[in-house]
Amino acid sequence: MELTLWTYEGPPHVGAMRIAASMEGVHYVLHAPQGDTYADLLFTMIERRDKRPPVTYTTFQARDLGGDTAELVKRSIADAVQRFEPEALLVGESCTAELIQDQPGALAAGMGFGALPIVNLELPAYSKKENWGAAETFYQLVRTLLKPQLPAPGAPKPDPARWRTEGRRPRVNLLGPSLLGFRCRDDVREITQLLGSYGIDVAVVAPLGARPADLQRIPTADANVCLYPEVAGTLCSWLERQFGIPCVRTVPIGIGATVAFLREVHSLLDLELPAELQPGADGVCEAERRSRLPWYSRSVDSTYLTGKRVFVFGDATHAIAAARIASRELGFQVVGLGSYSREMARELRSAAAELGVEPLISDDYLAVEAAIAEAAPELVLGTQMERHSAKRLGIPCAVISTPLHVQDVPARYAPQMGFEGANVIFDSWVHPLMMGLEEHLIGMFRHDFEFVDGHRSHLGDGAPSPSAATAAAAPAAAGAAPVAAPPLHAGALSWSPEGEAELAKIPFFVRGKVRKNTEAFARERGLAVIDSEALYEAKAHFSR
Amino acid sequence: MASSIATRASAEADLPPPLKESGQREVFCGLTSIVWLHRRMPDAFFLVVGSRTCAHLIQSAAGVMIFAEPRFGTAILGERDLAGLADANEELDRLVAQLLERRPEIRTLFLVGSCPSEVIKLDLAKAAERLNRQHAGRVMVLNYSGSGIETTFTQGEDGALQALIPLMPSSSEQQLLLAGTLADAVEDRLIGLFQKLGIERVASLPPRRSTELPAVGPGTKLLLAQPFLSGTARALVDRGAELIRAPYPFGVEGSRDWMSAAAAAFGIAPAQVASVLDPLVERGQRALAPQRETLAGKRLFLLPDSQLEIPLARFLSRECGMELVEVGTPYLDRQLMAEELALLPAGTQLSEGQHVENQLLRVREQRPDLVVCGLGLANPLEAEGMATKWSIELVFSPIHGIDQAADLAELFARPLRRRAALSFA
Repeated sequence: MELTLWTYEGPPHVGAMRIAASMEGVHYVLHAPQGDTYADLLFTMIERRDKRPPVTYTTFQARDLGGDTAELVKRSIADAVQRFEPEALLVGESCTAELIQDQPGALAAGMGFGALPIVNLELPAYSKKENWGAAETFYQLVRTLLKPQLPAPGAPKPDPARWRTEGRRPRVNLLGPSLLGFRCRDDVREITQLLGSYGIDVAVVAPLGARPADLQRIPTADANVCLYPEVAGTLCSWLERQFGIPCVRTVPIGIGATVAFLREVHSLLDLELPAELQPGADGVCEAERRSRLPWYSRSVDSTYLTGKRVFVFGDATHAIAAARIASRELGFQVVGLGSYSREMARELRSAAAELGVEPLISDDYLAVEAAIAEAAPELVLGTQMERHSAKRLGIPCAVISTPLHVQDVPARYAPQMGFEGANVIFDSWVHPLMMGLEEHLIGMFRHDFEFVDGHRSHLGDGAPSPSAATAAAAPAAAGAAPVAAPPLHAGALSWSPEGEAELAKIPFFVRGKVRKNTEAFARERGLAVIDSEALYEAKAHFSR
Repeated sequence: MASSIATRASAEADLPPPLKESGQREVFCGLTSIVWLHRRMPDAFFLVVGSRTCAHLIQSAAGVMIFAEPRFGTAILGERDLAGLADANEELDRLVAQLLERRPEIRTLFLVGSCPSEVIKLDLAKAAERLNRQHAGRVMVLNYSGSGIETTFTQGEDGALQALIPLMPSSSEQQLLLAGTLADAVEDRLIGLFQKLGIERVASLPPRRSTELPAVGPGTKLLLAQPFLSGTARALVDRGAELIRAPYPFGVEGSRDWMSAAAAAFGIAPAQVASVLDPLVERGQRALAPQRETLAGKRLFLLPDSQLEIPLARFLSRECGMELVEVGTPYLDRQLMAEELALLPAGTQLSEGQHVENQLLRVREQRPDLVVCGLGLANPLEAEGMATKWSIELVFSPIHGIDQAADLAELFARPLRRRAALSFA
């Protein structure tokens, strides 16, 4: 048993629903009690879809348990096939149905639906989670549909350069984009355009928008692009093994990764590397100019971004990409890197090692919040959960990964991948920081008449505001509430009013860190009261 | 108005038999009730003993919108727990100890049963007893089921309240007991009005502090503030309370009838009731008039969800002039609904249970102007050109009482006004 307050991932059958709902012509019969139908609203409310996910639930009740739930399963399957006339049928069960062992997949297989492809999904609900369920479902569905095309063992692997002899443009599949993924809709458009500009076609995009017949065309491509490893990793490896289809594994998020991705695609397809992708004398290639990020990042206005301390947490794909962009392309200092994707723990660990930070593999959001508090960053790049944690801690935050909220499904075009994705990332990460800076300036200029009392920034009431801190240090300011800076260590330590006042002069986004360091220093020296002298002693001590 | 009560008993005969439906249900389970109960009793914690699905459900139903550390959580069963039950009990004890250490402010801990815990027959009543011994004097541990195989979403509150009833002290003192979660401001207002009417002692279940349970006994007259509390009503009657039969406090008419039924039970003269309530009724009707203009003549279809459907249909048809196409309810408790059913217009088609596909076919056939439905169905229906109202919003919003009648109507008028306001030509 494991105590969970908020959870990063749903159960594996929700992952299966993501695959079914992403596609056309697929229907999913889910043996599940009433109540599990809540999952529909993930699609109709969070993703704001205009149709119900293609799922028929058996919604069995307690009174059914005494009777024949297997009969209910068969009736639901028969109804769904008749009503929706799917081109492929997924059959599975949720956590409760798993316990009553009706084996709906086997039941469906025995119902005589002729040529209808039926995929029996066995997703262990008590040991696996949503992304695993999505990956497994995608793999099982494609495997079922491609069974008739399986090459004989020992058959020669297809040549990724056969497009040349066949007198056509090279083509690749984009695998992994799905509903409830982070900005998949726009990433697909961006990467399709980008590849098209180099004369490379996209054969199949799946699961997003694909039909079963499209999945059957997967082997017609020269290579696969594993766009979202969490969802497509299992399938891409299988296609590599069984069909000999090579796979591009670089995820094109950020300038460096986009260029590396394009080089990998070109080399895999035996395409000549265009001049604009070749590194110049300064290591910069011409293609980078397709994005504003490199220039904006070099511009003088960005100087203040230097060494900003940033904490990164999300799914492994986005977290690893974010850490790389933050450290190399924006000049931040990554002070924390973590993910809830245990399946990709190895990749995340090596990314963390490269950056010299301790990797955090956890699905306990309180542990993540504690790690953020400990690292005292100036910016958090995380999920919706970290956005709330950051708000509590008074730190600016940008959302980079699922789990998401309706606000992460924007109406505008906002990819994360490719050169346009880099532009979007620059804006969406730097703006919260500038808001933080604005906060600081408001604190600095609080005596100016424009900055009247009661000014509220975007951080709202939860954030410790600089003026409140000053007011607390000067008790003369009537009615001001003491600042709610959380004491990070319990103990007999106290701050003198003069020490507090000095502390309040420090920009709020590093104040937590300074407070903690100073208290640690004071404890080490056996000080009971921290005054301004102790603060400067500590400052000198830690700057060494 | 009070005189109309007498004529109602026979009126139900005018209703055609309800459609009994059985098929896929599209309803939240009882766990969802945690989302409003934890706000009502901030010193209580709700620990679902269930699966990752349960945790995900509550998170999705609450939206990722609670900024403080939530006062609910899930003890997620893993493969190891399913292997042997003794193990699961030990694990539960360990988690509860861990939770109480982290959250010393918790006074009442609800162990909430879920589908998987019911199916594996994890005995949470026994677990609650055991935990009560372990943490005696520190926290009270209770249990109820919010499982989807047993309950639809508002039934969760019915279960939670029933868990509290055995702990209520006995008293034969004369008092009015309001059962059902109300918004604090609405509750204050209603209690104030009852006192103006001359009912001195008014208590509430659930209380605002989980440990300050009201007393119950032969002097208790029970008035249901929510229509979904069948089990709670029965259990309180078993403790000696007398159930006051009344329509529910939605709309001007329903709220007035509700309060005057209580007044009658306390022997308060109708003239006193009229002097207190009639000015409110007059004001309430005035406030309602603009909403009625939007709603009158519009056709309404209510899908079964919250158990509020029948009282809302009564309000929207009688006071707002809407035409009822179909009124669905997850289950029909004829006793608790008798007063409401009598007020429905003749010929109103009720349906009990759900077969969501068939029901949606009827919705499409009828093309109502407004559909009341769960969150999963709202956007798809909007995309088909029908205005919708989320039923869960009605459980969260302060909609009880005469003063709230216009606000309640506004919740239904807004989707229609919005559609009318939009133009992309």
